[in-house]
Amino acid sequence: MLIIGEKLSIIAKRVREAMFKKDKGPIQEIAKAQWNAGARMIDANIGPAEDGGEELMQWMVRTIQEAVPSPICLDTTNAKAIEAGLQVHDNQWGRALINSTSNDPERFPILELAAKYNCQVIGLTVGKGGLPADAEERCGIAAEIMARAMEYGVPLEDLYLDPLVLQIATSQDHAMHVIKAIKMFQELNDPAMKTVVGLSNISNGCPKNVRPLMNRQYFALLMYHGLTSAIADAAELSEIAKTMDVIMGKTLYAHSYLEM
Amino acid sequence: MPFTPPKESYNGKIFELALGSGEKALAIGGENVLSFHGFEGSTPRKPVIAMEVQDIAPADWPQTVQDVYKDVSGDPVAWALHCQDKLGAEAIALRLTGTHPDKGDISAEQAAATVKKVLEAIKVPLIILGSNHAEKDTAVLVKAAEAAKGSNCVIGKAQEANYKTIAAAAMANDLKLIAMSELDINLSKQLNILITQMGFDREKLITDPMCSALSYGLEYTYSVMERIKLAALAQNDPVLQPPMLADAGMYVWKVKETQAPEAGLPEWGSLAERGIAWEAVTASSFLVSGADMLIMRHPAAVEAVKKFIAEMEV
Repeated sequence: MLIIGEKLSIIAKRVREAMFKKDKGPIQEIAKAQWNAGARMIDANIGPAEDGGEELMQWMVRTIQEAVPSPICLDTTNAKAIEAGLQVHDNQWGRALINSTSNDPERFPILELAAKYNCQVIGLTVGKGGLPADAEERCGIAAEIMARAMEYGVPLEDLYLDPLVLQIATSQDHAMHVIKAIKMFQELNDPAMKTVVGLSNISNGCPKNVRPLMNRQYFALLMYHGLTSAIADAAELSEIAKTMDVIMGKTLYAHSYLEM
Repeated sequence: MPFTPPKESYNGKIFELALGSGEKALAIGGENVLSFHGFEGSTPRKPVIAMEVQDIAPADWPQTVQDVYKDVSGDPVAWALHCQDKLGAEAIALRLTGTHPDKGDISAEQAAATVKKVLEAIKVPLIILGSNHAEKDTAVLVKAAEAAKGSNCVIGKAQEANYKTIAAAAMANDLKLIAMSELDINLSKQLNILITQMGFDREKLITDPMCSALSYGLEYTYSVMERIKLAALAQNDPVLQPPMLADAGMYVWKVKETQAPEAGLPEWGSLAERGIAWEAVTASSFLVSGADMLIMRHPAAVEAVKKFIAEMEV
């Protein structure tokens, strides 16, 4: 299970202020905390970043990689900012992951970047027409993204399919659609397609005390159904991930398994 | 169409462990495939057989194996040199049996002096073993470790009851450490975790999942070893990647089949041959299940297992 540390998002006030002031301290502190909690990739979410996105993404990639030996998940809708980030990304700890392409033609240039820079890319299973209704529709979109990826020269092993987790508070039936989609995505190729979710969206809008429980429980279910990776708070999930690995026989049990 | 045999490949690799120093130094482990599966990957080191020597005469060994060493077994230095020079031992395992409270209760200081003498005499790597009395071993192995400082030898066995002191002594004197648990794969992993949590480098560990003799639970040890190896290779579990030891001889030469005289059981055949065969079969089984190092007693059994290794290593 690859946990992609999610805490470096422009949505968080502290992170946003640090980005504006180019203050490395808080960024590196959060990156280190995620790394120490078990994240093996760090998400750098700079939002739409219409002004100065290129420079900001480069600064983020460098700032994070100065602090932790980790590849970066470049999270923005600004393709130029992504390309700028890829240009400075240090691949010695693994290749970057772009977040994301989709079945919207406006997002196809992202695949060109993935091919050009030989990096990995998330395919969000939405199209131009709005949210997918169920697992089957997500699969249909996934198949189109896969065809597009091959057309652009991105190997399917480098594509992570994202079924789009929706809020339980507003779209309760999608919780199970997403689980089913995770199962179905894997069947779309041999070797199985990789999958990723933006986990904490499930509990977005829930009361604060419910959120960690909801995230952890949902994560365990998704892991059981073969999820490859999650953009999430590593501190919240690392114990669940280790426990699920033991329950599913992926690591050998020992009394101190949580400490490993 | 020509037949292509299927090949397994693994993510994990066993740590390569260097033992001893000088021209007779050697290394074990380093493989990234199951035993003798060199055709699938890399097996840079062949299994090593350490020949067992004791600090006192082995009065409790069956006569057939006592007799082989009768001229040297009163003197651990002479015994060790005999194994090294006459029998071609690649390593010596010095078991400090005499320190056991029921077998002479030799002091830790005296045991350490024996260790020092043997170390000075031999060129091959040394494995220092306590008497398997958890409490006494704590005192004995601490002194023995000090006596062996800088020799890059192996000391053991650290068990659940005494690992803290013994691991600390091994760490302080830069020795390799045997971690022994009692035939339980999960406890074996747990002990390795506990030892590494003390700051002991897991790449200096040897896992001993505990041994047994043919027809006395060999299949349990076999299965535990095999599962440890698979967890190390297939699950890439670093806690289980130290090389494994099978301390086979001491279990073999306790069982009825290596001692019952021919007169009582003529259908069992020659006692002398039977004991040798019993040790050779037990030991070679553990090589197949994943051991990187063996401790054995009878020279003829050692020869047989060396031949087995040579034939299996292609």
